[in-house]
Amino acid sequence: MEEKAVAFHWRAFRERYGLVGSRCELCGRHFFPGRVICPACRRKGKMSEHRFSGKGRVYSFTVVRTPPTGFEIFIPYLMAIVELEEGARVVSQLVDCKPEEVQIGMSVEACFRKIREQNNSGLVLYGFKFRPVK
Amino acid sequence: MKAPKRDIAIIGVGTTKYGEHWNYSLKDLITEAGIRAIEDAKISGNDIELIVGGSMSSGMFVGQEHTGALFADYMGLNPKPAIRTEAACASSSVALRVGCMAIASGMHDCVAIGGAEKMTDVYGSQATTALAGAMDRDNEAYFGLTFPGVYAMMAKRHMHQYGTTREQLSLVAVKNHSNAMHNPYAQYHKKISVDDVMRSPLVADPLRLLDCSPIADGAACIIIVPAESARKYTDTPIYIRASVQASDTLGMYMRHDITTINANIQAAKLAYQMAGVKPAGIDVAEVHDCFTINEIISCEDLGFCKKGAGGKMVQEGETQIGSRIPVNTSGGLKAKGHPVGATGAGQIVELVKQLRGDAGKRQVDGAETALAHNVGGSGSTVAIHILSRNRGKVC
Amino acid sequence: MNKNKGMIMTVGYGAYIPRWRIKSSSIAEIWGSDKERTNNLVGEKSVCSLDEDAATMAVEAGKSALARAGINPKKIGAVYVGSESHPYVVKSTSSIVAEALDATPELTAADLEFACKAGTAAIQIVMGLIESGRIKYGLAIGSDTAQGRPGDELEHTAASGAAAFILGNHDILAKIQDTYSYTTDTPDFWRREGEEFPRHGGRFTGEPAYFTHVLSATRGLLEKTGTTVEDYDHFVFHQPNVKFPMKAAKTLSIPPEKVMPGMLVAKIGNTYSASTLLALSAVLDIAKPGENVLVTSFGSGAGSDSFSMTVTDLIPEKRKLAPLVKDMITVKEYLGYAQYVKFRNKLKGVVR
Repeated sequence: MEEKAVAFHWRAFRERYGLVGSRCELCGRHFFPGRVICPACRRKGKMSEHRFSGKGRVYSFTVVRTPPTGFEIFIPYLMAIVELEEGARVVSQLVDCKPEEVQIGMSVEACFRKIREQNNSGLVLYGFKFRPVK
Repeated sequence: MKAPKRDIAIIGVGTTKYGEHWNYSLKDLITEAGIRAIEDAKISGNDIELIVGGSMSSGMFVGQEHTGALFADYMGLNPKPAIRTEAACASSSVALRVGCMAIASGMHDCVAIGGAEKMTDVYGSQATTALAGAMDRDNEAYFGLTFPGVYAMMAKRHMHQYGTTREQLSLVAVKNHSNAMHNPYAQYHKKISVDDVMRSPLVADPLRLLDCSPIADGAACIIIVPAESARKYTDTPIYIRASVQASDTLGMYMRHDITTINANIQAAKLAYQMAGVKPAGIDVAEVHDCFTINEIISCEDLGFCKKGAGGKMVQEGETQIGSRIPVNTSGGLKAKGHPVGATGAGQIVELVKQLRGDAGKRQVDGAETALAHNVGGSGSTVAIHILSRNRGKVC
Repeated sequence: MNKNKGMIMTVGYGAYIPRWRIKSSSIAEIWGSDKERTNNLVGEKSVCSLDEDAATMAVEAGKSALARAGINPKKIGAVYVGSESHPYVVKSTSSIVAEALDATPELTAADLEFACKAGTAAIQIVMGLIESGRIKYGLAIGSDTAQGRPGDELEHTAASGAAAFILGNHDILAKIQDTYSYTTDTPDFWRREGEEFPRHGGRFTGEPAYFTHVLSATRGLLEKTGTTVEDYDHFVFHQPNVKFPMKAAKTLSIPPEKVMPGMLVAKIGNTYSASTLLALSAVLDIAKPGENVLVTSFGSGAGSDSFSMTVTDLIPEKRKLAPLVKDMITVKEYLGYAQYVKFRNKLKGVVR
């Protein structure tokens, strides 16, 4: 994929820097990323912004060994589905732990890291990753 | 969804061999498959009224969009209308469904369905990136997840919830390679063992290289007509008894239970209902084994066994040729190859041969009714076709 | 709770030290340096992960500072990040940090550079904005992943870390009584635009640079505040290595036990813009209410900022609200030189 220009990434900064999604005030479900329409309530629902606490548990995980472009230096790296304590799930890298230390159900917390760089002259893209809670 | 206003029959099929075709461009692939299908149908190109071609990403693989126009032009079919359908790895079964709707509507009487993908003109990491477009780009791929990584997490969870074993995953690949030995169009003609799978390098734990369908180039083509005119063309029309599609979330991660694909379940329910068939009435099936775990998960979702028992089913040989429900007699995506946009159409080609009795050493004896199961991404699109030698309802 | 108008108080502080370490001896082995000599500079140093940089560490330290301050981040009126390894040469780190901490958009921000004293300079700027009544709370951060030239002595000491301070007028945990700075044009250590690694003046970095400025600033602060060394319970000095701060202390007749709690360099190396502030964080982690702390930074180029602080009785409760420096120091994993070189991007031809 050709590198996109700035707006493509910038639009998602708030969501990715702050783990900001949405919550349907009608049914109480949380969503990440934020949605305009609640899949359950559709247009009857009312979405408001929600900043997730960053605490969650590992729902599933893997170690990626064949990288997509931009991730070559990180191989091998842990990826997980994290179930946030509010109920929504996110996909994220797990850091500060070894694959053998990871278990389904393990408690993790969000931290702010570099996702990748758009080569030496492009943007540095940041976002959330998760690390084990001691 | 209602039944089609006209029944549809397949009168011809054609495919290229799948593999690394360094000498073939996308145009060369589709032309070869198209000519074979037209010859098999014994029609003239002029008879074709509409071309519906599936290709996941001719854009990212060869920089070409407007693929419908490419299909029509290079198959010599201008000025007939042509469109490209895209649903990731389900692109060409979705194409077939669109073609069926064109015939069912009464607007067209002969439709060519194509599927093609040219994946080897990019580097490995570029292909990985292109395939990641089948996932949720912003929320899965952005953070570094790859397509094998998606299914790896489904596998991990399936092993955690149902005790599916690493060996059971390997047995899927072993079976499919064994089947492909008898398929001249398959990419691989090499038997493998469970040990071979375990020795292959890890791609995304727990999935290894031999759990993953390979990158390949290929194309397939199907010619369909209204059922009532099928016998003008062939003595062995194969009827499409159900053409069904369902959707699920783009991102696998947000589904309630990642050991099942809801689109599988919804599409299967509808397909069996439309065809008037139960799972036990399926004689042979092509199931989307993009990764070994998906054959296990999908066999469960398709009702071939209970949820969670998919591993045991393959371990006990129930999906072998000659057994209760032969799955992936073609070699599956694993051994036949997976040029993503072509796969859906390719599955139909195999099943048509089975139902005609033309499948040689991989023939399932007396096969009358078949099921093709094609998945886009992690199950965000599922398309199921039930084919039969019989036009009427089967108990 | 004291609420002295015109006095600036530290409302929150936070530290971040990455988990990776490399032993000085691992570096010495590769370059054939004398291990005993280099071990005397620094035993081991902290190394940031492949996915960390001055911005990410600043955010982590900032989050801890916010946890201790207990304020709504939207009330932060200014963010200043001091570093010599900002991710961009043009495009502020401070705005990334402000966004990540949810302080945007009503605030001012800018990046600072003054070698290792950029963090304390940030504190002085925030002090000015608060004292003038222009902002209610301000965030000052020192964060660095500074590079050491391969084979150079400074490769043993150049380390990664960040410390963040939120200043304001309420719920103070440490009062800043006063500040005094000493600045001259003394090029002891520098890096030109476009150059990847710094250069330095060898032994010149000692007496004319570090010692002149640290001692002058400290003495200047004592005179300005009418205090003596005996009035302070803790001393924090910038720590480029183990020797310099201890020698400065000796010259000023400061007993070593008043300096030791803030001495982190042997375990984590010189974290450049974070160095003094991380050491101060370590002291705040253990200081008792009512104790006085004297802090003197040093930035090559050169200058020193000296502060006189008094810890309040809010400190015992507040410090529990975020990770302590000693805990971050003990959580560690060692790298060999080859992995270190990959992490720190010193290899040619790597695809990014």
